[in-house]
Amino acid sequence: MIALRILRHRLFWPIVALVLLVAINTLSRPSFLSITIKHGALYGSSIDILRNSSQLMLVALGMTLVIATRGIDLSVGAVLAVAGAVSLTYIEASPEPGSVGTVTVAVALGLLVTLVLGAWNGFLVSVVRIQPIIATLLLMFAGRGIAMLITKGQITTVTSAPYAEFASGVILGLPVAFLIAVVVVAIVGLLVRRTALGVLMEAVGINPEASRLAGVQSRGIIWSVYAISGLLAGMAGILYSSNIMAADANNAGLNIEVDAILAVVIGGTSLAGGKFSIAGTVIGVLIIQTLTTSITFLGIPPAVTPVFKAVVVIVICLMQSRRVRGLLAVRRRPVAPSVPGTAAIDASAAVSK
Amino acid sequence: MPSTVVAELRDITIAFPGVKALDGVDLVLRAGEIHALMGENGAGKSTLIKALTGVYAIDSGTVEVGGRPRRFSGTADAQAAGIATVYQEVNLCTNLSVGENVMLGREVRGRLGIDWSATHRAARTALELLGLQIDTRTSLSSHSIAVQQLIAIARATVLESAVLVLDEPTSSLDRSEVEQLFAVVRRMRDTGVAVLFVTHFLDQVYELCDRITVLRNGRRVGEFPTAELPRRELVSTMLGRELARLEAIEDRALAVGAADSTVPVLRVEDLGRKGVIAGASLELRPGEIVGLAGLLGSGRTELARLLYGADRPDAGHAEVHGRPARLSSPRAALAHRIAFSSEDRRSEGIIPDLSVRENLVLAVQAQRGWARPLSRTQQDAIVERYMTSLGVQPPMPARSSATCRAATSRRCSWAAGSPRIPSSSSWTSPPAASTSVRRRRSSVRSRTSRPAASRCCSSRRSSRRSCASRSASTCCKTGISSPKSSTRRTSTWMTSSP
Repeated sequence: MIALRILRHRLFWPIVALVLLVAINTLSRPSFLSITIKHGALYGSSIDILRNSSQLMLVALGMTLVIATRGIDLSVGAVLAVAGAVSLTYIEASPEPGSVGTVTVAVALGLLVTLVLGAWNGFLVSVVRIQPIIATLLLMFAGRGIAMLITKGQITTVTSAPYAEFASGVILGLPVAFLIAVVVVAIVGLLVRRTALGVLMEAVGINPEASRLAGVQSRGIIWSVYAISGLLAGMAGILYSSNIMAADANNAGLNIEVDAILAVVIGGTSLAGGKFSIAGTVIGVLIIQTLTTSITFLGIPPAVTPVFKAVVVIVICLMQSRRVRGLLAVRRRPVAPSVPGTAAIDASAAVSK
Repeated sequence: MPSTVVAELRDITIAFPGVKALDGVDLVLRAGEIHALMGENGAGKSTLIKALTGVYAIDSGTVEVGGRPRRFSGTADAQAAGIATVYQEVNLCTNLSVGENVMLGREVRGRLGIDWSATHRAARTALELLGLQIDTRTSLSSHSIAVQQLIAIARATVLESAVLVLDEPTSSLDRSEVEQLFAVVRRMRDTGVAVLFVTHFLDQVYELCDRITVLRNGRRVGEFPTAELPRRELVSTMLGRELARLEAIEDRALAVGAADSTVPVLRVEDLGRKGVIAGASLELRPGEIVGLAGLLGSGRTELARLLYGADRPDAGHAEVHGRPARLSSPRAALAHRIAFSSEDRRSEGIIPDLSVRENLVLAVQAQRGWARPLSRTQQDAIVERYMTSLGVQPPMPARSSATCRAATSRRCSWAAGSPRIPSSSSWTSPPAASTSVRRRRSSVRSRTSRPAASRCCSSRRSSRRSCASRSASTCCKTGISSPKSSTRRTSTWMTSSP
């Protein structure tokens, strides 16, 4: 019975996929899991994956909330680029690029701008009632233009030790980028699950009209999830620009929206809105990041990388599909002796269809 | 008249998680007979129909159609076996034309594929048999729900089925449309079709049906020839309670209705919305149930929605407890403790993937705002209270509301938070009388409001919900019932005077 419950858990297949990916990597290169300590910092492929996944983690987290309300945010990549552009342009122009004060203001400025951009998306969706895909498509294109305007078409590069800490710093042996992602995931997780925000978001996502009739202020909720998504994309932008110490308006966060949506879907949150899982998204992000890393390790030519990714994603999504599970269950049925209580489970499956 | 059995369900059992929706139920449908399926809300009528039409898989029992045992794996299967169904909610494609809907899957074929003009001709013939003279090339969505219902029935006739299942087909039809429908159903019966008719209107059962099967709590109480089961006995059979006890409630209800010196809980004057309702007035006093009656399209639902702020009124004003109130949104109405239970439970009532618990506390939580979550203890208290008082079966708060039966999920859909005035739109449409009759007194009053919208008349039923709060008054909407009941105070549980 417990085995059955584990098997039916919605994170079962994503976790299996992650474990499988790690296993394949370890088999092909036994050093994959090994971690060494150099100069007080942990080194190893798995640590790299954790550090590199932090940007996607932040973006996908915001995407999860947006998708839970039946929306989608295509502008995250562009917003990410804007954050880097704003912060680095401020640092470049300041007389003391290396001071902590300058970096603090730069980061605050970058996050403020992205919060405003996210709120703009939220305004278009919740007040003007433009379809989310169209509303955020505007900023997906316009955002990179804004970033270009800010950097005046140049790739702004700076030298600032405190700013570099975000991507390459180490605290207690762990990458700062990873720790930032962990803290933010924890805060957002507490915010949505320890307050009623999560349930209200799900209610709005599942049935907007019934939620309205129950007195839920869907406008405010939808508005704030887009603002949060913008803010989180901004944080990712800071990490990205800190990593290369440059604001690249064209390539920062390119196609990250696609990876983020994939991570959310792999994590079991339906694009139709409603029930969402932050833990699922975290696993989804780790799968995507491990996949990206292992493609390099396994020596798969970059040209076929998208195909490889697509295959893995399709398999995971198929395993999660209720219909496919149903087909597998039907095939198993004749073997299993009929247990009292299974009839009820079948009936519930029939009803929930 | 000995008639052949067309379809027979024997010993049907269907279990949902934690509850037996049907427990060893039999149903026999005979050719050339109209068979009524009766039972109060949650008795298992819809489940039984869905067992017959292949929507639900049967846990145990047998289905025989035309003398052969069958096991339907879906509605298409049942349809192929000659069972046509017309559902309460019209199940047609609104974006297709009327003719395409009627003939879907039965298009007339010519040498070059579908012969559209012949197809539309055939559709026209089928519609004319129902007395409908409409252009079959118009889009289905351009017609009223009533006409769509008749079109759905026309579709069933085209399928030339041996069994016609009508699941509350009259709930959205007006009197003359009902007559039209009945004429067609009788004609189909005379050609040897077995008809299964589900309704809550007792009048219609006695007008149309030859035989009645009564269900109660998932079990079959019995099968009776209509002529041998007087109306009052039918009611008590459905409820499983003695007539005398029901009569006693009737007296008490009338007594409550007599006092009307109190300040109205809710009073609206000239409440209107452009193009919907041209100014309606209404008073609702403590402990009162006011019914809104009127023909289809007279604005019953619309007025109920205005009272709740589900649609924003643009004229008139409202008073709650004698003080002016703006009912501009559901939130505003809830703040005045006015609750609403939509007639469209599925799309406006429940949040399907959330649990019963989450559904029950949603409105309270929404009032408090997201930052002040209800603690688990507070949630449990609310859930416990409403599960008991509304009789939610089975009492499983963690269960997803999507897996509940209609009757259960309707109870869950209702906004909790001890609201004072449930403004209800049609949730009384499920059957006459209910368990809450015995729970509390309910009064039914005749009240007249301003012209256009509605003549308020006595509701035929008591309020299930009224038990939520001792001081609840209820405004409920009902379909037009017998003309008598609008001029006469009736008891809460009778369809019309016997």
